[in-house]
Amino acid sequence: MKHTWARPGFFLKVTKPLLPLSFAVMIILLCAGLYTGLVTSPPDFIQGDTMRIMYIHVPASWMALLVYGFLALMSLFAIVWRHPLAEVLAISAAPIGALFTALSLITGSLWGKPIWGAFWVWDARLTSVLVLLFLYAGYWALYKSFSHPEQGIRAASLLALVGVINLPIIKGSVEWWNTLHQPASVIKLSAPSIHSTMLTPLLLMAGAYFCYFVSMLLIRARTELNRRKLYVLEAKP
Amino acid sequence: MKPKHQRLFLICSALMGLGIAGSLVLVAFQDTLVFFYTPSDLLQKNISPQQRIRVGGLVDMDSPQQRGENVHFKITDQKETIMVSYHGILPDLFREGQGVVAEGYLMNPTHFQAESVLAKHDENYMPREVAEGLREQCK
Repeated sequence: MKHTWARPGFFLKVTKPLLPLSFAVMIILLCAGLYTGLVTSPPDFIQGDTMRIMYIHVPASWMALLVYGFLALMSLFAIVWRHPLAEVLAISAAPIGALFTALSLITGSLWGKPIWGAFWVWDARLTSVLVLLFLYAGYWALYKSFSHPEQGIRAASLLALVGVINLPIIKGSVEWWNTLHQPASVIKLSAPSIHSTMLTPLLLMAGAYFCYFVSMLLIRARTELNRRKLYVLEAKP
Repeated sequence: MKPKHQRLFLICSALMGLGIAGSLVLVAFQDTLVFFYTPSDLLQKNISPQQRIRVGGLVDMDSPQQRGENVHFKITDQKETIMVSYHGILPDLFREGQGVVAEGYLMNPTHFQAESVLAKHDENYMPREVAEGLREQCK
């Protein structure tokens, strides 16, 4: 049958063993990432130990963008194919993405003060990431502002799709315009301009963040599916 | 056409239109989206001494002269150079060859009075030993 893999019942069955697995992988990667990042990796030749903020700042920024991409894709499925599982995944992902974005802004600010000399500047990169946070917040506000959740999801999904335009702007901001924020060190066409001893903890942390996202997404989506089941059961006499 | 195909077509065309509109806006506002001007930009633009602007580039080698909290240095983009005066505390990262962004007023085409100076770092990260090794090779 078509779409078997996307049926809520099938999803609940498959994700049951997946959840502890992703959680365990996250713990392992997090321990490895924190140990290599804080203990074994060397300090930077200019920034010294301050650059270790990178290990929590950069993966948070990557995930903020990745989760938004996921949110937009699920919103597309929700609008075009009206698939209930896509709706559930979208509303489960949004707060996690907002968390990553907030973490990225806060750690970036704490990094900016000692290195740049300012907590915040209105350059293109910082501003576009702040807009991303507002998009997440707007998505949630719109979803919650309808008395029927279905209508709320539809309206919020449209906002999520419109906001996709911000993703290339965030990525391109440091290339197209002069910014105080540095250009990309890892995700670019040429080889990463970061030494391998520093790249390793960065990628380990990125893996841990990703597994955190998967774990939280599964917990939230499963809860939402069960809540909907309960709602249907209660509605029936 | 099924309703879902209609919706897909509608969304795709709307997003395409939005993308084109967005990129046109960004291209139109190119000048105001930059965080700072380079010394070369300053030559091409007519900037009045009343206008608060930012100038960015590298601190020219051997240029910083410090007397107490009064600092003079040159910002260069390898083509043009501008003299900067500043009174205050410099960021820790400030050194010769380092990227900096100064905010203040262009008094005349060759002299910039800064009210704040921010340090800018690039995308290169490496341990101290590797950096020293690279410097040895360059010599």
